[in-house]
Amino acid sequence: MRSNRTISYSQAIREAFDIALGRDPRVFLIGEGIPDPKGAFGTTLGLQEKYGKNRVMDMPVSEAGMTGVTIGAALGGMRPILTHMRIDFSLISFDQIVNTAAKWYYMFGGKTSVPLVIRMLIGRGWGQGPQHSQSLQALYAHVPGLKVVMPASAYDAKGLLLSAIADPNPVVFIEHRWLHGTTGSVPRGYYTEPIGEAKVVRRGRDITLVASSYMTIECLKTARILEPLGASIEVIDLRTVTPLDYQTILASVQKTGRLIVADGGWRSFGVAAEIMARVSEHRYKMLKEAPRRITLPDLPTPTSWALAKTYYPTRFSIAKEITKMLGWKQIRLKKVMKDLMWHHDRHFDTPDPTFTGPF
Amino acid sequence: MIRERTLKKLYSTMLLIRMAEEAIAAEYPKGEMRCPTHLCVGEEAIAAGVCAHLRRDDIVFSTHRSHGHYLAKGGNLPAMIAELYGKATGCSAGIGGSQHLIDLPVNFWGSAPIVASTIPVAVGAALSVVMKGEKRIVVCFFGDAAVEEGVFFESVNYAVLKKLPVLFVCENNFYSTNTPLVERQPKRAIYQMVKALGVRRSFREDGNDAIAVSNRTRELVRAIRNGGGPAFIECITYRMLEHCGPYPDPKGFRPENEKKYWQRRDPIVRLGIRDEKEIEVLKMSIAKHIAAAFSFAKKSPFPKTTSTHELYAQ
Repeated sequence: MRSNRTISYSQAIREAFDIALGRDPRVFLIGEGIPDPKGAFGTTLGLQEKYGKNRVMDMPVSEAGMTGVTIGAALGGMRPILTHMRIDFSLISFDQIVNTAAKWYYMFGGKTSVPLVIRMLIGRGWGQGPQHSQSLQALYAHVPGLKVVMPASAYDAKGLLLSAIADPNPVVFIEHRWLHGTTGSVPRGYYTEPIGEAKVVRRGRDITLVASSYMTIECLKTARILEPLGASIEVIDLRTVTPLDYQTILASVQKTGRLIVADGGWRSFGVAAEIMARVSEHRYKMLKEAPRRITLPDLPTPTSWALAKTYYPTRFSIAKEITKMLGWKQIRLKKVMKDLMWHHDRHFDTPDPTFTGPF
Repeated sequence: MIRERTLKKLYSTMLLIRMAEEAIAAEYPKGEMRCPTHLCVGEEAIAAGVCAHLRRDDIVFSTHRSHGHYLAKGGNLPAMIAELYGKATGCSAGIGGSQHLIDLPVNFWGSAPIVASTIPVAVGAALSVVMKGEKRIVVCFFGDAAVEEGVFFESVNYAVLKKLPVLFVCENNFYSTNTPLVERQPKRAIYQMVKALGVRRSFREDGNDAIAVSNRTRELVRAIRNGGGPAFIECITYRMLEHCGPYPDPKGFRPENEKKYWQRRDPIVRLGIRDEKEIEVLKMSIAKHIAAAFSFAKKSPFPKTTSTHELYAQ
């Protein structure tokens, strides 16, 4: 029995934590600043008061060591959830994640596994700059033994987080800072969304547009804007990066014959490359056009807000890829240019008016 | 002061490790154990001395040079040898080799070769012990180079902060592969550096004196079990063979007089047992056990092809 109501993405995550902590004594949260009064962007507010310092903990600024500690605790039967306030910081613990957590089950012949969730936040805006804005899902997705999820909706944030906690394997849970304020219909109580399943979030006939995390929102908005012009865009939200749901993507390309992949990471050697390669391998004959991708340029993130508009994909840059693929002249976009250029009169370094920074 | 029973246990454990390692060294040149193998000949007293005071449910983590720790904790010898042969019956199903051993029934929770990588994992296991209200302790074995890694500091820092039941055992054999200690660390004792990190019970022992290691361990294990927080033993020892492989070092890798000095301090000879007959009986029994292990390994099947089905636990 579920009753849905509208809550934010960050509230949905907090709810998942509250439910998990309440129903399973093995679960504990740990991270730098997790019990902080700001509650990690609202995702852990009040949880230490409710469950105590032994369930919701701060930690020394020792990312590598503490990742090893959570791995050991997971081997010992606990279900730790480690948070990195930025995915950038997780790199300090890359050895433990890749060499220890990802491989433990396999290299010991399946004798024991690591039920660990590592939560990582992608920063964007307010001049966070090169070391606070990276989107490293491709790095983690490349490593056999890890699961990598990137929910784009409040509903999926809660459901995938609860799935990740229940999963006996190490799961990298990637949240986007600009999704925290988005809202959606979320059931109360416990539910899970399956890891490894993409979702068609908008049906269409002309192009398969695969996206994830914040790019899913931008792609949906752009698809809606272009529809009156006669573009029928099918948007697929990946939800899980690995194990990737190729079947859903291939079935869509079978129908549309055209593929664009939007990924929040850098252009080269990324998630888009993998999907374009896989579709080319299996549906080459169905493709009417070469696949395209919408990504960041191969550059670290600049700090000045003036550079945000040329660095990040915009609705306009997404629309340009779509018009190129459909063989339209750009003049066709004239009627909807105001909506596509939404970023133009803004700083474009904050998600919406209520976000005033920092962090 | 040491019990007769403990003396015998120390001796037989060291003999088992020595004879097993020498058997591996003898067979290795045949080219059927095809993985990097780091033998612990000369360092047996540490594994024996520490594990003599551990209960079956106490937990052990180790490194690439883990055969001694694995066996001293009661690890299955046939499964270890089969693992070296890459067989499906190996303790890690042929996927890990000598550098990734595991034996959960005796609580040898894993060994891994990335230097110092199992140290924070051991601390995490100790955290789970405390969270579950258990009375077990965790032992982590590592070498002198491991204390140079950042995660060593991070692990000790956290273990002290949370008063976790961990015994850190550093086997200081003065070399990291072929690089001597003096080129890697300044002139200060490792155990004193650890003491400065807040580990009150931090000691250094002659790692080739099984009784000294045993006595110190007994005292520290008791203190840890009584909630005294983590402890550290730096055990001074020497690796009699090369870093990786079945032979002594090539000439010139380490000074000859150094090797001779340590040969005279062989831990098994130093311990000695009066009863010659008892030793012979023991040796025969161990030899039989080892022969059976090799026979088992050689007869065992290889694993079939690996696939992504084995990548994730269900």
